[in-house]
Amino acid sequence: MRSFVNRHVAALPPSGIRKFFDLVSQSKGIISLGVGEPDFTTPWHIREAAIYSLEKGKTAYTSNWGMPDLREAVSRHLEDWQGLKYDPAKEILITVGAAEGVDLAMRAVLEPGDEILICEPCFVSYVPCAKMAGAHVVTVPLRAEDDFKLTPALLRQYLTPKTKALFISYPSNPTGAVMTKAELEEIAKIAIEADILVITDEIYGEMTYGGEHYSIARFPGMQERTILLNGMSKAYAMTGWRIGYACGPDEIIGQMMKIHQFAIMCAPTVGQIAALEALKNGKPERDKMIQEYDRRRKVMYKGFTEMGLPCFEPRGAFYIFPSIEPTGMNEEEFAMKLLEEEKVAVVPGSAFGESGKGHVRCSYASSMENLQESLRRIGKFVERHSMVGNR
Amino acid sequence: MDDSKKREILGLLESNCRLTASQIAVMLDEDPAGVAATIAEMEEQKVILRHCAMVNWDKAGVDRVTALIDVKLHPQRDVGFDRLAERIARFPEVRSCYLMSGTYDLAVEVESTNLKEVARFISERLSTLEGVASTTTHFVLKRYKHDGVSFTEEATDERLAIHP
Repeated sequence: MRSFVNRHVAALPPSGIRKFFDLVSQSKGIISLGVGEPDFTTPWHIREAAIYSLEKGKTAYTSNWGMPDLREAVSRHLEDWQGLKYDPAKEILITVGAAEGVDLAMRAVLEPGDEILICEPCFVSYVPCAKMAGAHVVTVPLRAEDDFKLTPALLRQYLTPKTKALFISYPSNPTGAVMTKAELEEIAKIAIEADILVITDEIYGEMTYGGEHYSIARFPGMQERTILLNGMSKAYAMTGWRIGYACGPDEIIGQMMKIHQFAIMCAPTVGQIAALEALKNGKPERDKMIQEYDRRRKVMYKGFTEMGLPCFEPRGAFYIFPSIEPTGMNEEEFAMKLLEEEKVAVVPGSAFGESGKGHVRCSYASSMENLQESLRRIGKFVERHSMVGNR
Repeated sequence: MDDSKKREILGLLESNCRLTASQIAVMLDEDPAGVAATIAEMEEQKVILRHCAMVNWDKAGVDRVTALIDVKLHPQRDVGFDRLAERIARFPEVRSCYLMSGTYDLAVEVESTNLKEVARFISERLSTLEGVASTTTHFVLKRYKHDGVSFTEEATDERLAIHP
């Protein structure tokens, strides 16, 4: 029998995290710093609003675009927070998590052979989604010495006349890096000059520490060439509800809506109702969670710095991305041995792209007790394996 | 140290009194000696009254009986309810004592090892005090949440151990 599998899909490598995941799942009594979602449960008022909607029988489809109330709430939220104006009638689409937005954006924009620049290390879905859309993917290797920010020089180095789009995501998963207004402005200038589209995944945008998030869509001339992706998962601790949103020019969002309409119909109704409650009344709880992440962030940064693993101070999301080079191990070896010897799980940086080599991602979406204990264990581990001591 | 930092220290200690000054200092970007001095100062000022543990006595296998008593008082000239409220609060059986708005005056929480002890306290000590007009006693049947801590739900982490 011949193979019925799509060769392009078969050619995609499985998520680099998979192998390690299987190993971790089989281990008992470990502390995992490998979790990419909040350790908080969705605030009760949000869950309660969703339960009430179920009691009232709100179980039908919504508009393909998402509930009008929710789109209006998203529009208000972006205006209050970023000063961005999106028309809820045709420039905002409610998606099944920001993850669906990534796929829709790629498919609505890219044609076979189109070139897209994707900054790495990055979340695991960007490259496969672009490839499934048939695009030619060029990864831009961000550098530790730039704190994993996209620099104008690096962008120019990879830009070609064939480049159609640039994909960025700040605050970054896995590095915790953010880009300032001034730094982004340089990128925006180049995007306009080169006449390319920017797709920006800002799912961690509300989670910044010691500085406000600035969206690249805000610069003059950018909103019309930017697809902004965001969602409820991280800042409101709503990962399992699967609600995200995509905003951009109606020309593109309309096409994304078509794909969404045929593939998904609409985002889950109960999730949309929960998202509406979160945007209306969820800010105080959100801020409390962010305050707690901030404290943990400081503990982690100090911990890694003191044990001699170089890392820059992360200013967003809930990840820290130390270099493990002083141990002489590569990132996979480090993660494996740490799991075996100290029962702490971290994710090898290479799972997020080649340029994540030599680093591990540690999530601080875990209780302070767990973080302090894992720092103690990693410290012991690093001391034992440090090359400096063996010389 | 500014007031907002002091409030953060209080919040942290209220949820976990075992945090050390140096741990708190890291979380708040402060100097450990400064945090220790601030905590000492707040203890001195009785802003922090004590550092204690939240115990689930049921799980410890210890029987305890708790009653919430609505108390009506005859207010006294010059001192209002204060003198009588303080007198009631001094009994070691009284866990908490609040002046209330509404249909009664004091809410008194009494705790003891058995029902008879509580009954005796109310009939012999509390109701007989001059100025106490009436008492209505409610026994606690089950504790769901106390001081912000759930006694019935145990936090479990059901997240996947590794997630991109």
